[in-house]
Amino acid sequence: MLTKRIIPCLDIKDGRTVKGTNFVNLRDAGDPVELGAIYAEQGADELVFLDITATVDNRKTLIDLVRNVARHVNIPFTVGGGISSIDDVSALLNAGADKVSINSSAVRRPELINELALQFGSQCIIVAIDTRFVEGEHIVHTHGGRKPTELRTIAWAKEVEDRGAGEILLTSMDTDGTKAGFANELTATISANSSIPIIASGGAGTMDHFTEVFTTGKADAGLAASIFHFKEIDIIELKQYLQQQGISVRL
Amino acid sequence: MKTVIIKYNAGNVQSVMYAMDRIGASYLWTDDEQEIRTADKVIFPGVGEASTAMSYLREKGLDKVIPSLTQPVLGTCVGMQLMCRHSEENNTTCMGIFDLDVKRFDSTNFKVPHVGWNNIYNLKTDLTQGLRENSYMYFVHSYFAELSPYTVAECNYVQPFSAMLQKDNFYAAQFHTEISGKEGQLILENFLKL
Repeated sequence: MLTKRIIPCLDIKDGRTVKGTNFVNLRDAGDPVELGAIYAEQGADELVFLDITATVDNRKTLIDLVRNVARHVNIPFTVGGGISSIDDVSALLNAGADKVSINSSAVRRPELINELALQFGSQCIIVAIDTRFVEGEHIVHTHGGRKPTELRTIAWAKEVEDRGAGEILLTSMDTDGTKAGFANELTATISANSSIPIIASGGAGTMDHFTEVFTTGKADAGLAASIFHFKEIDIIELKQYLQQQGISVRL
Repeated sequence: MKTVIIKYNAGNVQSVMYAMDRIGASYLWTDDEQEIRTADKVIFPGVGEASTAMSYLREKGLDKVIPSLTQPVLGTCVGMQLMCRHSEENNTTCMGIFDLDVKRFDSTNFKVPHVGWNNIYNLKTDLTQGLRENSYMYFVHSYFAELSPYTVAECNYVQPFSAMLQKDNFYAAQFHTEISGKEGQLILENFLKL
């Protein structure tokens, strides 16, 4: 049976993981390669590396990092942050990334999704959507959720699928950082509307939050950052717990 | 031992090369017929679309070379589908090593593509030696090979389908061995040990 995926997200700045971690067994807490390999060992199903600086200067550093991750990690990984052209994607895939995630560039020029899907195949194109509830409506935001767009989230999710996105990474800015649970209602609406997998992000604080996002939220994968970095939740324990709740996971 | 990874427009094969590096195996990435024919092992990877891949193989004459190989050959993902007779993906005639058809998953009640980790079972090939039944592998595909006498591992999504095929020296896996953790790595290692 196809399992629900647990995906740790690592924020990268200048080739280093940004947020501190509580892994005592890490030689270098800022080394994304070592952290990624540990997550893979612990049963993470995929990894997401998000370059939060994403400037031209940092591009080479990022490519080197991707190459290193690909050499050492034997599970799929996605790279996101500042990707806006076929050349950007080509460089990342050639360095060994399995998928890329685009966000603002897709909002600016939606045709980019079609072009990337045609060139590289939908399977490696994730469209990230940052959403916030504003005056009774779910609105797509960019710039880390600070800048509202004209786009309505549910319609945009359908559009990115029609344009060839292979998966959607849905981050609720309303729940992100709250540790009060994922945006299950919105996630469920979008998941029921779409035939591509939905990765839910934002708000994970307890193991039950994952149970909820996979049941009520109908998500295909759950993504989180700090709760894994700070070892508030251990990935193996989380997956064992989910299995006890009757959710299919890879153990 | 000489292992060749067949070079064609199969999208990103970098992950396959890194997987070979991780297990300490050397390889040559080439589309040269002589190099392929003289290899001890041949890996035929694949990510992408069937008809484009087949046209490229025809252009290079590889559509005739691959079925005539006598050493162990391992096709993965689209590589496996191209080793079948026909694919519904853009109505493509494939190489016909495995006498069976590749069809599209019915998306009425399921999300298509099939993306993520799924368990494989009824394992009966040398490549799955040491692997426990229901090991998880990473899949990304919209098309599948039906169950057949060549099926040596099964998977279930929408319906049971062939996760692995074998006929004589030809082996194939629908999932991505190169990013399927330790279990995927074991399959690659077993192949190199044949």
